[in-house]
Amino acid sequence: MGLTNKSTGANASKGQNNISDTNVRVAFAGNPNVGKSTLFNLLTGMSQHTGNWPGKTVSLATGIYRDKSHTYNLTDLPGTYSLLAQSPEEEIARSYLLRQNPDCVVVVCDATCLERNLSLVLQITEITQSVVVCVNLIDEAKKKNIRINTKKLSQLLGLPVVATVATSKKTLSTLPRFIDSATQSSYADCARPQYPTPIKEAAKLISSCLYNMYPNIQNKQWLSLRLLDDVLTSELEYLAPDISLDNPRLSQCISDAKAYLAQQGFTPEHIHDIITAAPVHTAENIYRSCVSGNCGYSIKDKAIDSIVTSRIWGFPSMLVLLGFILWLTVTAANYPSQLLSQFMTYTEGVLLKFMELIGSPPLVTSALIMGVYRTLGWIVSVMLPPMAIFFPLFTLLEDMGYLPRIAYNLDLPFKKCRACGKQALTMCMGLGCNAAGVVGCRIVDSPRERMLAVMTNSFMPCNGKFPILISVSTMFLAIGAGVLGQIGCALILTMVLVICIAATFCATWILSHTILNGMPSSYALEMPPYRKPRVWNILVRSVLDRTIFVLGRAAAVAAPAGLVIWLMANISVGGSSLLNIFAEFLDPFASLLGLDGVILMAFILGTPANEIVIPIMLMAYMSGSVLSDTGAIDGVRQLLIDNGWTIKTAVCMLSFAIFHWPCATTLLTVKKETASLKLTAVAAILPTLFGIILCFIINILT
Amino acid sequence: MNSVNNLCDLPVGGKGTVQYISDHLSIRTRLMELGLIEGTEVACIGTSPLGDPRAYMIRGAVIALRSEETKNIKMRSV
Repeated sequence: MGLTNKSTGANASKGQNNISDTNVRVAFAGNPNVGKSTLFNLLTGMSQHTGNWPGKTVSLATGIYRDKSHTYNLTDLPGTYSLLAQSPEEEIARSYLLRQNPDCVVVVCDATCLERNLSLVLQITEITQSVVVCVNLIDEAKKKNIRINTKKLSQLLGLPVVATVATSKKTLSTLPRFIDSATQSSYADCARPQYPTPIKEAAKLISSCLYNMYPNIQNKQWLSLRLLDDVLTSELEYLAPDISLDNPRLSQCISDAKAYLAQQGFTPEHIHDIITAAPVHTAENIYRSCVSGNCGYSIKDKAIDSIVTSRIWGFPSMLVLLGFILWLTVTAANYPSQLLSQFMTYTEGVLLKFMELIGSPPLVTSALIMGVYRTLGWIVSVMLPPMAIFFPLFTLLEDMGYLPRIAYNLDLPFKKCRACGKQALTMCMGLGCNAAGVVGCRIVDSPRERMLAVMTNSFMPCNGKFPILISVSTMFLAIGAGVLGQIGCALILTMVLVICIAATFCATWILSHTILNGMPSSYALEMPPYRKPRVWNILVRSVLDRTIFVLGRAAAVAAPAGLVIWLMANISVGGSSLLNIFAEFLDPFASLLGLDGVILMAFILGTPANEIVIPIMLMAYMSGSVLSDTGAIDGVRQLLIDNGWTIKTAVCMLSFAIFHWPCATTLLTVKKETASLKLTAVAAILPTLFGIILCFIINILT
Repeated sequence: MNSVNNLCDLPVGGKGTVQYISDHLSIRTRLMELGLIEGTEVACIGTSPLGDPRAYMIRGAVIALRSEETKNIKMRSV
């Protein structure tokens, strides 16, 4: 995934470019899923995407908070369980803390799961003592009868403790004051992980050696323990730029310390276990003195899980939920799509008049407005409404905490395909938009499994394919319009979903036994308690984050596509437009697949965005020169029949629609995420092969 | 009483105390950081529809673990 100096060095936080001396640099750290990013958003007023399952934020977000006296540069570190593990999130977090040296670190903890969170606090105090502890979700804790004595906690930790409610800015009012005092005088006497005396002595040996050799080096205590434990060795020189592990004096010192411990009966494994367990033990002691009550996993959580993960109801409930979301997306998107379409037509008219006014030559006008602009307008009006509905719904599920349950339910089949259960979540995201799904694959830790998820993402039908699926099935397969038609539609969509999921497993299995060979990695999946979703936050964040990101990219691809399509439709060679020539050329091969040349061409030219496949197809059938609306369904149906369509054609087209190469935006995103042309080619070829084989079989059998 | 050797032998609804995590388990350190150290009390609170992974309560958090991992986590015999 490319963890480079650039991504973790000074360039990582963009807000650092114009630091004045009065800016206080604050880092927000904490376990995944504690509401850290929500607090961050409240303070910075910036929309940063968060999700209620571990492992979401893998790039740094920055923002500014101002009050009367200071300006604070805030950085939101990825959620981490510990600072010592090897996942990308942990690497970024510890790198930031060690190299950027923030003035203050705010550690956000989940009040319903405080014990484990305190473990991280103690790992952090080993690095920096300018720490403020934020016990978040205190309202959830109250609901679950968990009582936290924050005064005592503060006493035992030797650090200021603020109790906050994730959605209430009021509870954050004391935070700046604590940050200020933490910045001015760090809490040198605060609690740190407790080690047995021999370990402490051994670490002291190393740290005095470090002090002698590199007097200016920081974090000696932390470094000594890591050197003693023999972990992170490949990173240490990066994390502490002055030291050199090749230095014989240093290696000698480390050996001496280890020998000292060996004498006392400590084997290296023993040392590792003690050092790893130290924060856990210390956190446990502190926790027991300050917290009473049940744990965060309440009866309500248990009840919900007993349904959604049960043997009988688990899978059906998942399918119903996803099917419902898809149906809602498709249905609710209709009206806004129409409105947008009308709006784009109106603006098209305005632009045409404008072009006339400035005396633009008709060909240029036609190319720019009827070609480029109309394609753009079409894509936006068809793409935007479903996405603006799907992604908030999806984010709602995330915020509630349901998504890890999907990964939990589907982990076994994924493991059998040598992939990771989290792939189920990237597949769900791919239902909204394959490009967004590919980006979402960053939640998969193991690089090989991430590649698997990336390359099979386009087996899931994205929002852009829905218009094809719905209009074709409505015209040729369903029972007409009205309620029965809606139900028929929903059933077909669900069937498509099941087929696509099966195909994804198949493709994953193939890839993981061939070019992405390897054994499944191990991981521990946390299933957080269910929480009330923060609806307004979700809408805003979802719209800004995912929808605009996708739209931006789509627009960038749509414009040139529109031009190419216009050119092909309007340039004639030998009395026939390029479009027709191309379609005729493709015809023989297409008929093998039960399609015709026009359909295949529409798919090819529709690579920039699946939304324009049907318009291109209609335009070609009508020998038109511009994309046109689907208009009245009956008219279109007749047009298709006149051009040789049968039910078989419809079925083959549906099959090819769900299994063909990814759209241009997705391909670009795959290239970016895999950094490999070869893998991108595979990502394009694999679904196409499926499509060709499927269509061919359908054609032969009927 | 049934003696539980490994975490995977713990019945749903059962509790046990961790004795040791096998050395060759690759997520050993990660499990320890999540609080699964010697002497930690663990409860099995459910299984997924297909039987694997299973959900365990570890220090107040619900963590799902695969059987590949849990068969290498030794429990104290009762």
